[in-house]
Amino acid sequence: MRKLPELNAAGNKIPNRQAICETLMEAAGRDRNVVALCSDSRGSASMTPFFEAFPEQSIEVGIAEQNLVGISAGLAKCGKKPYAFSPACFLSTRSYEQAKIDCAYSDTNVKLIGISGGVSYGALGMSHHSAQDIAAMSAIPNMRVYLPSDRHQTRKLIEALLEDEKCAYVRVGRNPVEDIYSEDDCPFEMDRATILADSEEYDAAIIACGEMVRPAVEAAKLLKNDGIRAAVVDMYCVKPIDREAVLTAARRAKLIVTAEEHAPFGGLGSMVSQIAAAECPRRVINLALPDAPVVTGNSREVFETYGLNAAGIAAAVRGAEEFL
Amino acid sequence: MADHDRTDNVMKDHKMTNSELALLSCRLREQTVDVITGAKTGHIGGDMSVMDILVMLYFRHMNISPANMDDPDRDKFVLSKGHSVESYYTVLAEKGFFDFEAYKNSFSRYGSEFIGHPHNTIPGVEMNSGSLGHGLPVCVGMALAGKMDGAPYRVFTVMGDGELAEGSVWEGAMAAGHYHLDNLCAVVDRNGLQISGRTEDVMSHEPLADRFAAFGWHVIECDGHDMDSLDAAFREAEAFRGMPSVVIAHTVKGCGSSVMEDKAAWHHKVPNAEEAAQIRADLEERKEACRHA
Ligand SMILES: Cc1ncc(C[n+]2csc(CCOP(=O)(O)OP(=O)(O)O)c2C)c(N)n1
Repeated sequence: MRKLPELNAAGNKIPNRQAICETLMEAAGRDRNVVALCSDSRGSASMTPFFEAFPEQSIEVGIAEQNLVGISAGLAKCGKKPYAFSPACFLSTRSYEQAKIDCAYSDTNVKLIGISGGVSYGALGMSHHSAQDIAAMSAIPNMRVYLPSDRHQTRKLIEALLEDEKCAYVRVGRNPVEDIYSEDDCPFEMDRATILADSEEYDAAIIACGEMVRPAVEAAKLLKNDGIRAAVVDMYCVKPIDREAVLTAARRAKLIVTAEEHAPFGGLGSMVSQIAAAECPRRVINLALPDAPVVTGNSREVFETYGLNAAGIAAAVRGAEEFL
Repeated sequence: MADHDRTDNVMKDHKMTNSELALLSCRLREQTVDVITGAKTGHIGGDMSVMDILVMLYFRHMNISPANMDDPDRDKFVLSKGHSVESYYTVLAEKGFFDFEAYKNSFSRYGSEFIGHPHNTIPGVEMNSGSLGHGLPVCVGMALAGKMDGAPYRVFTVMGDGELAEGSVWEGAMAAGHYHLDNLCAVVDRNGLQISGRTEDVMSHEPLADRFAAFGWHVIECDGHDMDSLDAAFREAEAFRGMPSVVIAHTVKGCGSSVMEDKAAWHHKVPNAEEAAQIRADLEERKEACRHA
């Protein structure tokens, strides 16, 4: 357990995708088997510098997501370490069968990087939103699912993924997210959630992933002012989910709130509820996007509309006062 | 109904000459640029390359209007390259499907019905699109239904050339050839660019005409910015029997202004004030040329 971090002022300009590119460039220099693939997506993946620096380790497949993942699996089978970049919406649905058969089922070392995830594409609408990717990818045996929360954690995650030989799906957003950790202070253990709390005992636990972690930390600070002790569980490893962390939260807190940029079904909330219900029943409130195309707007507006921001998360905790 | 009757019938309502259509197209380009600068978002490059195609289809060749949207025999259109929604909606507004100002003032704004891809809660839109490679298979279904019912309607879709890398396009193309869907006309907006650069560098499609021909299509190439050439292409497509037709329309991405013509960077870019002024001046010049053509 760590204390809730001091949050620096807004202003980070580096999106998580750029942290991925930088980490992979360092690895590609050391290891010529690290290869990157794009589907007319290298700009939005922030991967142009990689393609320029390592043309021999870069493959462009055109607008063809199924081909992207199939080719990646073939490369992996022959010893390469492919990182396949495409918007999360297309990568997780268009090439779903390739992910299931060619990556997970055939057990190839393909790292699928879903960029511009969740509602990052804002007003471009449902074709461009990936609100089903956690559910879809988590349902595949042997597929791992990661939603890192800030750029520092993203780097640690990619460094860890470079070391293993199994497939994984990573979702990052398009816009820079405010830091939670810092370059020299980013706690990270592979497949273990990071628990942030100011006290051993707490009233509520907020379990969040990806872009929802920062507002969860902000919400915990708001609640502290009201005398409510809230812990934040940064569950970047949605699958394999850190069961122990969920159970720790359930045992210590009387209320669990989950927050995710995802449909209300089959995501982090469902998984947490399942674990808590089976082993340590607790009141669990799931905050998520609605089961409908979201309102037209940029991500901030969408989050505000559905209470997926600090105020909304804090309000959900306060609203369940009878459980505290 | 004999085929030429159908054409005459459609043409009856479409009295504009080709040079009038060219002029209209310039005005609709201007309006589309206004939408994009106002909303501060939009896929301007592909909007400009597809505009003449859309104008020729909606104001000459397709039997689609607000009056017949409930008629099962209306022609069907799917914008497969859905990111060109800004020009598509400008054309639909001009056809009278909805108010242009309402569209312009709310496009992509918070709470708007006019999102950044075609959405079929908007009058005139048959199918939602935005994910590339969906239009052709759906149109194959529409064309097959027409054949099953002996219906007179024709089915049209417009695809981008980068979009042709999607396998689903070729699955649809194979089925259309297999079922001899001569009531289907696909258009390729062959502007030679996609997001990452030249289509031939990213994923090559040449020899494109031969590829479609090998899939059982009647292939027609035309100048996608010349109304006479487009008109002739769609006439030929309609007259051709026994095979689906593809019109490979050679276009220029960003067509209409030197600011953005044939520049990959203008796939999805919003002109600043200076660029917008230059674009307007260029389009004004283009209009003058049309008037004197
Ligand atoms: C399935 C899918 N993959 C990726 C995208 C993202 N995308 C939007 S437009 C575009 C480029 C389209 O190029 P092209 O088809 O040539 O269209 P045009 O140049 O006419 O705009 C891409 C990759 C998408 N919309 N759908």
